[in-house]
Amino acid sequence: MKVLLFALARDLAGSGELEIDLAADATVGDLRRALGDRYPRLAPLLARCAIAIDQEFAAEETRVPPAAVVALLPPVSGG
Amino acid sequence: MISLTRNPIDYNAMTEQVRRGNCGAVVVFLGTVRDLTGDQVTVALDYEAYPGMAEKKMAEIEAETRRGWSVGEMVLEHRLGRLEVGEISVAVAVSCPHRAEAFEACRYAIDRLKELVPIWKKENWADGSTEWVHPGV
Repeated sequence: MKVLLFALARDLAGSGELEIDLAADATVGDLRRALGDRYPRLAPLLARCAIAIDQEFAAEETRVPPAAVVALLPPVSGG
Repeated sequence: MISLTRNPIDYNAMTEQVRRGNCGAVVVFLGTVRDLTGDQVTVALDYEAYPGMAEKKMAEIEAETRRGWSVGEMVLEHRLGRLEVGEISVAVAVSCPHRAEAFEACRYAIDRLKELVPIWKKENWADGSTEWVHPGV
């Protein structure tokens, strides 16, 4: 599954798009843990990030649909 | 109406766009690039968005604002790319029949935008260093 990254998350990972393997019934929480394990440089920021599924903020217990567009969103600072 | 733009925000045009015969009040908020944060000197800010989701959230904020107040018309616009000190990064224009609700509606829209729209800014400090702004990190 592809994960889009923005701002500091992208800089830490060195890429705006990461690939992550997830079980079919994985939740947002599982995705967050998998990202931290696979990309340790993201770990310090991960707990503070929101995760979006198909452009909507998703709770930790939400299942990640296999074909979803997933994004890791550090705390926003527009305005 | 909402938009993201890489061009300077035309706040005169925005203001005209929301004026209505049945609205006795127009409130315009402009967010501009400030030169100092504490004692650190900003040269420029780089803004980026998660396109698609940013616009979706801005449209939701417009809908929420219209549900909460008697909005005649409103425009919510955010600029992306590099902005120098003094330039306008975000603008909200709201018209309502009366001023109290126009002020409240405008305040609500900009506060919500800053809270949940996936847009980020990076400081370009005078000493040449850069830093993403992520509140709480």
